[in-house]
Amino acid sequence: MDALLSNVDWVEIGWASWDTLVMVGLSLLFSVLIGLPIGVLLFLTGKRQLLEQPVAYAILSFVVNVLRSVPFIILLIVMIPFTVMLIGTSLGVAGAIPPLVAGGAPFFARLVETSLREVDRGIIEATQAMGATVRQIIFGALLPEALPGIIAGITVTAITLVSYAAMSGVIGGGGLGDLAIRFGYQRFQTDVMVITVALLVIFVQVLQMLGDRLVLYFSRK
Amino acid sequence: MIVFDQVQKSYQVGDRAIPALHPTDMRIDAGEVFGIVGHSGAGKSTLVRLINLLERPTGGRILVDGEDITRYNPQELRAFRRKVGMIFQHFNLLSSKTVADNIAFPMKLAGVYGKTEIRDRVEELLARVGLTDHAHKFPSQLSGGQKQRVGIARALACRPSILLCDEATSALDPQTTQSVLKLLADINRELGLTVVLITHEMDVVRRVCDRVAVMDAGRVVELGPVSEVFLHPQHPTTRDFVFESENIDHRELQQDLQKTEGRILRLTFKGEATYQPLLGSVARTSGVDFSILSGRIDHIKDTPYGQLTLSLVGGDLAAAMREFEAADVHVEVLR
Repeated sequence: MDALLSNVDWVEIGWASWDTLVMVGLSLLFSVLIGLPIGVLLFLTGKRQLLEQPVAYAILSFVVNVLRSVPFIILLIVMIPFTVMLIGTSLGVAGAIPPLVAGGAPFFARLVETSLREVDRGIIEATQAMGATVRQIIFGALLPEALPGIIAGITVTAITLVSYAAMSGVIGGGGLGDLAIRFGYQRFQTDVMVITVALLVIFVQVLQMLGDRLVLYFSRK
Repeated sequence: MIVFDQVQKSYQVGDRAIPALHPTDMRIDAGEVFGIVGHSGAGKSTLVRLINLLERPTGGRILVDGEDITRYNPQELRAFRRKVGMIFQHFNLLSSKTVADNIAFPMKLAGVYGKTEIRDRVEELLARVGLTDHAHKFPSQLSGGQKQRVGIARALACRPSILLCDEATSALDPQTTQSVLKLLADINRELGLTVVLITHEMDVVRRVCDRVAVMDAGRVVELGPVSEVFLHPQHPTTRDFVFESENIDHRELQQDLQKTEGRILRLTFKGEATYQPLLGSVARTSGVDFSILSGRIDHIKDTPYGQLTLSLVGGDLAAAMREFEAADVHVEVLR
């Protein structure tokens, strides 16, 4: 067993796992904080919605599409100057977070928009008929009704961020991806590669399970 | 009182304006149950949404208790909407809230009710619609009829003076429809609120409405007391609706009529006359022989009525007709 995993430094693996956890956790938090209002705005300004604004929608939608169509590996590199300006470094756990958020937030915003569109128009109409303000419609009806969909969106975003976070190892981002590239790839330590990939798989599995449970808990349909 | 003054609505599709409601004048009295009947696409759904401005008219004025609601600013409009309850075909309850929270929702939105006030009102309304035991269930755990009862309780939460019903019973089975209609009628009577009800079923109109407007292709083609419109329909669309609700196959009836001899009359009894043993006595005194071709006895709201199609042979026909009319029976000569 020891011979089979001779290159594996478990303490190193532990720290790398923790780094990945922190990167995914923080970037998920910021992706949700930024993506949720953008998603709500995308929905509200869309065609035949409460605050229909074709120009605003077009601009917002364009920005989101640009960020989503740039391959993440390119985004990582393009973001470096901006990240240095924002954080002071483009390396390590902290340096990986801005590009992760730049990739995660627009992705999550689209998922929010989609789940809001799933809310029955009749519910919006009924809430309007009660004399609700737009703010009350959003917070009292739309978001609670879309909650299961939004939670599912958070799960999908979290899992995407796990793979993005691993990818950020290419530019020295830290975490399991960094480990896999420095040891598993550049030093041909296959056992390290296998362990990191296995840990990532477990990580994704746990996230999906957790997300599914939460969706189930909040679904009243 | 709701007054439509040359109200019209059209939708802009490309550079063409598609009319949904042609200029319409109409009056809905305070405290009455007013039915609007029409096929889908006739414009009734638009009409009812004009009353709380979910749809904005493209012309004309809508006066509610003398005030032109189309001139309200957003704040006034929201205050006005709280005084207009609305229930829907598909209930439109919030699936994420319990029954009690759904009923409390409009009161919370209004922001003028205290916590205990809301709780007491919800309890009172739950009892009123017979759902006290279901307060903490979610809508998905209820039957269609129960969901609509929640919808009604929610619509009544802020003590509205007008209740709009958008095909409120169209998604319900006949028995549930009965009980929901009875609830609506009771509420109308007890609270004295104005009910505007749109439906494609004449039977719903017959059971609860005081007056009815029949719509066809964006126009009100007939309007009057239900008994008038129901028993003596003038417009072809109205006739279709009435025959449909009575399960009469019009062509079959015509064929039956051709096979019979003599005069064919349609007698319409209303109120007390329905229960008088009139036919026998008229036959004896005038000497006519009759056979009944078709007949129906039922209620319009609370008034009993009967409608009989007879063929009369021999005797003194003129005398018979005079006797019918003297007994307050409406006589229509079909042939």
